[in-house]
Amino acid sequence: MSHATATHSADHYFVPEPSKYPIFGSIALLLFGSGAALWLNKVPAGKWMFFLGVAILVYMLFGWFGQVVRESEGGKYGHRVDKSFRWSMGWFIFSEVMFFAAFFGALFYARVLSVPWLSSGDNATLLWQGFTGAWPTAGPYAADPFTPMGAWGIPAINTLILLTSGATLTWAHYGLLKGNRGQLKLGLFVTVLLGAIFLSLQVYEYMHAYADLNLRLDSGIYGSTFFLLTGFHGMHVTVGAIMLTVMLFRASAGHFRPDSHFGFEAAAWYWHFVDVVWLMLFVVVYWL
Amino acid sequence: MRVPNFVWHHRPHLPNPHLLGVVMGRAGRIAGFPLLSYAALSCAQEPHARYNLQQPVTGIAEQINDMHTLMLVICLFIFVGVFGVMFWAVFKHRKSKGAVAAHFHENTAVEIAWTVIPILILLGMAWPATKTVIEMKDTSNPDITVKATGYQWKWGYDYLQGEGEGIRFLSALSTPRTQIEGGAPKGDAYLLEVDNPLVVPVGKKIRVLLTANDVIHSWWVPAFGVKQDAIPGFIRDTWFRADKEGIYRGNCAELCGRDHGFMPVVVHVLSAEKYAAWVAEQKVKAAAFDAPDPAAPDRTQAPGVQVATAGKG
Amino acid sequence: MAAVTPDQLHGHHGPTGLMRWLTTTNHKDIGTMYMIFSFIMFLSGGVLALTIRAELFQPGLQVVQPEFFNQLTTMHGLIMVFGAIMPAFVGFANWMIPLMIGASDMAFARMNNWSFWLLPPAAILLIGSFFVPGGATAAGWTLYAPLSVQMGMGMDLAIFAIHIMGISSIMGAINIVVTVLNMRAPGMTLMKMPLFCWTWLITAYLLIAVMPVLAGAVTMILTDRHFGTSFFNAAGGGDPVMYQHIFWFFGHPEVYIMILPAFGIVSQIIPTFARKPLFGYASMVYATASIAILSFAVWAHHMFATGMPAAGQLFFMYATMLIAVPTGVKVFNWVATMWRGSLTFETPMLWATGFIFVFTMGGFTGLICAIAPIDIQVQDTYYVVAHFHYVLVAGSLFALFAGAYYWLPKWTGHMPNESLGKLHFWCSMVFFNITFFPMHFLGLAGMPRRIPDYALQFADFNALASVGAFGFGLSQLIFIVVVVKCIRGGERAAARSWESAEGLEWTVPSPAPHHTFEEAPVVR
Ligand code: HEA
Ligand code: HEA
Ligand code: CUA
Ligand SMILES: [Cu+2]
Repeated sequence: MSHATATHSADHYFVPEPSKYPIFGSIALLLFGSGAALWLNKVPAGKWMFFLGVAILVYMLFGWFGQVVRESEGGKYGHRVDKSFRWSMGWFIFSEVMFFAAFFGALFYARVLSVPWLSSGDNATLLWQGFTGAWPTAGPYAADPFTPMGAWGIPAINTLILLTSGATLTWAHYGLLKGNRGQLKLGLFVTVLLGAIFLSLQVYEYMHAYADLNLRLDSGIYGSTFFLLTGFHGMHVTVGAIMLTVMLFRASAGHFRPDSHFGFEAAAWYWHFVDVVWLMLFVVVYWL
Repeated sequence: MRVPNFVWHHRPHLPNPHLLGVVMGRAGRIAGFPLLSYAALSCAQEPHARYNLQQPVTGIAEQINDMHTLMLVICLFIFVGVFGVMFWAVFKHRKSKGAVAAHFHENTAVEIAWTVIPILILLGMAWPATKTVIEMKDTSNPDITVKATGYQWKWGYDYLQGEGEGIRFLSALSTPRTQIEGGAPKGDAYLLEVDNPLVVPVGKKIRVLLTANDVIHSWWVPAFGVKQDAIPGFIRDTWFRADKEGIYRGNCAELCGRDHGFMPVVVHVLSAEKYAAWVAEQKVKAAAFDAPDPAAPDRTQAPGVQVATAGKG
Repeated sequence: MAAVTPDQLHGHHGPTGLMRWLTTTNHKDIGTMYMIFSFIMFLSGGVLALTIRAELFQPGLQVVQPEFFNQLTTMHGLIMVFGAIMPAFVGFANWMIPLMIGASDMAFARMNNWSFWLLPPAAILLIGSFFVPGGATAAGWTLYAPLSVQMGMGMDLAIFAIHIMGISSIMGAINIVVTVLNMRAPGMTLMKMPLFCWTWLITAYLLIAVMPVLAGAVTMILTDRHFGTSFFNAAGGGDPVMYQHIFWFFGHPEVYIMILPAFGIVSQIIPTFARKPLFGYASMVYATASIAILSFAVWAHHMFATGMPAAGQLFFMYATMLIAVPTGVKVFNWVATMWRGSLTFETPMLWATGFIFVFTMGGFTGLICAIAPIDIQVQDTYYVVAHFHYVLVAGSLFALFAGAYYWLPKWTGHMPNESLGKLHFWCSMVFFNITFFPMHFLGLAGMPRRIPDYALQFADFNALASVGAFGFGLSQLIFIVVVVKCIRGGERAAARSWESAEGLEWTVPSPAPHHTFEEAPVVR
């Protein structure tokens, strides 16, 4: 058997040797979770546990993905492993879709069901007199009025930016497929740059919301859904941008071949997913 | 109404030094009732149900009981049928009895049959259920409307409309702590008694509006076939029309924190005259004491307050 | 994929001792760890259950205080569901799926390790929460808002524990999906796959679809608790009931996550001991898929008492009832498989037969719960507690035992002790029913769940249930003895440990060597 690889190398399935990284990841999340819980409950040590957890997690991700990249570039993965990666990335993105679905569901439920209920029937006569239920709302006990975020300022610009970044990323992909590595790197660079601009604008928008619109996380159900949806989206843009940055470095280091570059594709899929989430956000959070 | 089936007072206080004796005694009592009488349903008519739903005193509860009986019988039939076949195989088609395995592994006709027949059975079950659901939901034209508010851990009642309008009071567990902790013998209505029960007239449609002040509670009177969650910040409604005078007892039926188990619902159903007398008495009391406001400031009115206060830490 | 690379080939140079288990990428090692972990969690959850039963042995407060009682109930539910039943099935998947489809390992061996090693941290957070100020969360395993928003720090720990277990489940599920879809041996078409693989494939899809939703739900609780959001606060325009919708959108598929693999195990065992092929293989696959699909459309049957509009109640009632049809198909198929077989009742078959019998009772009570008007009476009573222990203990847990006895020879190389196994079965069966059957009566007669003390007319059945629970708990010790004996020795198991067992797992030696199917088998 130990000679088998020579004869079957075209058809092998790579099974890695024992790895130390997972256990680091677990320790990281233990520190992360317990640290966050302590921190939230004002135990001073919590903060440090939390950051220590984050640090270990970063170490683990670098080490683990670094190893995967080395293995991949070392030619250890056949087409079958590649296929596994494709399936897994696809289903991972599906799980992310479901995560967002929970928050979109909350927004839908509030707008279509609970807010109208609160402003009608017995709820209106007995509990919340005078509540009209017009969206956007901070709820019937709206002690603190706010101005909602308009769609046609920064959000519209951000939509354009993200759509453009999707296009530049595809352009980079074409470059890779054609073997034009300059185009690949330039495309990636522009995409990451657009992502960074998007995030900066988003930060600016949040500051504007807090400073000028009195729109805050605690602005009732509107504030809750607005900030959690856009916030989680922003976190995903950040992750996607980091992935693309890594791809940019890898491209510069000469990684990827026209017929084998799943790492790049995975990052691209993720980016497009983030893009689509934004479009839905734009429509249901900002526009309608 | 619901009296214990045995005389608790004759036993020493808890914790019981004669644990084994208690166990044996109970085992004896339980064995006295053949378990299968559950299926026979003979005890559906007993006042204090042990095996089945409590004696219904509203039309809805009656329908629910009948529906439950029907379901039980149907399920029992299917159960006996399916497991009759299985146990036949278990006993007859044994290798030790020389059974040789057949080799069939599909049969389209049979498979279609056991898909279609259950669907038909389910339709038969769904029909009465649908009618009852629609009836339960019809809270229109009540004679009396009462708002019940769940608090941690008591109920507030507020007569909004009909005879008695304007009456409001709180209703909390009246079982003494000593009974709970075993310092005193437990009374007959242990944990199912309150200081001020809800009082309603017999034969009248009572609409109950439910809300809560802190967390979700649930207002439940089994004999009425009524259970409705009380949701903070929302009003939900339900209704009942009790056919018989009496005292009916239930519980809060949604986990609501520490004393969830100590938050009973007690309803006195009185004749029209007695009810009128009760209302008059309440009015006099109210005039004398300038009605204390039970539903003190509504904590749900302040966002975040309901969540931030009680129970933390 | 005929061979694996040298990295793992007879890799006896790998780490040893504890490091071996911390770093392993071997699906069998990981499967074993999953099972040991889940059994420890089962014992922990069981100890909590016994404390509950001790308190409920008599009316009055004797053993614990109400607030702590609620913590016990909550943690019992959480630990059993997320710590015991789910990981146990994942352990089975890890051990058996590669063996059944002729793969050398799981598709992502390192990630597989991480999926497992995320569980102990989650368990530490959960169990550790008992010891923080305010104690563990006491909001019920369903963590309904706003009660869960009131809780102390234990709730935050539970939330993070759920996040971590969610990550673990999602990674585990993706691994299983990819393994099944991409690692099958040549000739192993999907419709030739053992049913256990099919049920797990579908379960894995359910996991990927609903675990993120649960993560979202508890995240909203977290922000409502600490960051001033109002998802579940009417004053801010939210709705406490919205939490229930999101939770049960996860929660109902979750209960099928805990039963579909059980169906798979039973579908492996019955044909073996009936010496007859599984009846209606294809319809089993379709029934499993139908149950999974329907499970997304029934969630509000847990919420009939919240006061939905009639149309909502009716829709969820009808959809729920429909699930009886595919589940019935399964039951009928099993019975038809036994019919005119040549039956023997070794321990695994006893458990499997017992499973069908008692699980079906739980299914029927489920159906009775599904009738909205009846559910108004039984919602949040011991009737529901009885229902779900019939499907979870006599369903999921019994099937796990069935599977354990069935595959122990493959895992250890020794046959499990038949007499002890049978004793374990009969004790469990009898005590299970003594514990949980009376709960139907309690619930119908009006005893609410999640209460530390109750009215006097419920005393007899509660005492009985408590006695049964201790008996049931003690009976589980027999299992420990069986497993330990089986690991240490006993009758040597042949490769095909049971006379007419079918499937690739029975073509490798017992115990299965560390590496199997490095050269993929070819399935005719
Ligand atoms: C393994 C887990 C599992 C499984 C498989 C099921 C299966 C089912 N469950 Fe259960 N359920 C739970 C776990 C499970 N449940 C849990 C944990 C809770 C409580 C959660 C909590 O509140 O804490 C719960 C609660 C619960 C409720 C809410 C009760 C309440 O809180 O008021 C309802 C209501 O509809 C319900 C229904 C059903 C139905 C219809 C099925 C069906 O799938 C059953 C189908 C099977 C059969 C019907 C038997 C076999 C069929 C035949 C032999 C065919 C012929 C039959 C006929 C045509 C009648 N369940
Ligand atoms: C998922 C699976 C699962 C399993 C396997 C069990 C197993 C058991 N459950 Fe549990 N249960 C749930 C899931 C499960 N449960 C859920 C989801 C809830 C709802 C929670 C909620 O309301 O939020 C619940 C709620 C619940 C309640 C209701 C609590 C309440 O409403 O307040 C009760 C009460 O009797 C109970 C009892 C038991 C018992 C006696 C067992 C037994 O089967 C346990 C047997 C195991 C052991 C006992 C341990 C093994 C033995 C030893 C450690 C040796 C020592 C033993 C002795 C000395 C005797 N369970
Ligand atoms: Cu109020 Cu439970
Ligand atoms: Cu359900």
